[in-house]
Amino acid sequence: MVHWTAEEKQLIASVWSKVNVEECGAEALGRLLIVYPWTQRFFASFGNLSSPTAIIGNPKVRAHGRKVLTSFGEAVKNLDNIKATYSKLSELHCEKLHVDPENFRLLGDILIIVLASHFARDFTPACQFAWQKLVNVVAHALARKYH
Amino acid sequence: MLTADDKKLILHVWGKVGDHQEDFGAETLERMFTAYPQTKTYFPHFDLHHGSDQIRAHGKKVVNALGNAVKNVDNLSQALSELSNLHAYNLRVDPVNFKLLSQCFQVVLAVHLGSEYSPEIHSAMDKFLAAVASVLAEKYR
Repeated sequence: MVHWTAEEKQLIASVWSKVNVEECGAEALGRLLIVYPWTQRFFASFGNLSSPTAIIGNPKVRAHGRKVLTSFGEAVKNLDNIKATYSKLSELHCEKLHVDPENFRLLGDILIIVLASHFARDFTPACQFAWQKLVNVVAHALARKYH
Repeated sequence: MLTADDKKLILHVWGKVGDHQEDFGAETLERMFTAYPQTKTYFPHFDLHHGSDQIRAHGKKVVNALGNAVKNVDNLSQALSELSNLHAYNLRVDPVNFKLLSQCFQVVLAVHLGSEYSPEIHSAMDKFLAAVASVLAEKYR
């Protein structure tokens, strides 16, 4: 089980309470597809991904980004039980979606940068530490049921 | 591979870094030591407290080197040859750490540029920093 200090929990909750899940989710997924274009391989059915502008404006990208970040919120709500929280999703990503777990790490890093750009100085080094830890734990949990 | 557009965007961002080199450098290192404590193992001889002179000086050195890379983006191997030797034979920093530094530098840019750190700029910088890291690790083996 992951150990979270009281401070880390507070930093995570405090940032999360101010996150616009729809906007942030759309931006994070959009940036993933732009910065690491090979990740587009999972989204052939999403339509126009031909340019950064197309990607950012793509309604399927926005909707899916929102879905992904909403799911991330489950981790925030269940910090002491992230492994169990993502057990089924892990199986899904392995057996049905066939997503290389490296992609979870890439998305996690992108999310950090999105948060940094939104929260500026409020996204302190301590904040960044707590959130890098969280995205790593989530990535690990999502990879856990791979076989 | 860095496209002509990427290079334009990198130069544009570097214009924004402007006089903040020392500040950005120090903040990058501080964030790296905080977010990735294992990176401190390369600096046992440093005072790593917030605001330390050594961190400021080293941060300035790092960002100046990146600035030099920006100026010589068409010839990174040659421009960074000395640094490449240094990292390969002397410092021997494990290359995974270049990615950690890159992440923290980008966080600093995002913090200071906000929405101006657009997806296109983010992409170009990530590619650029990866290219620099690749050159630095070139002579490792």
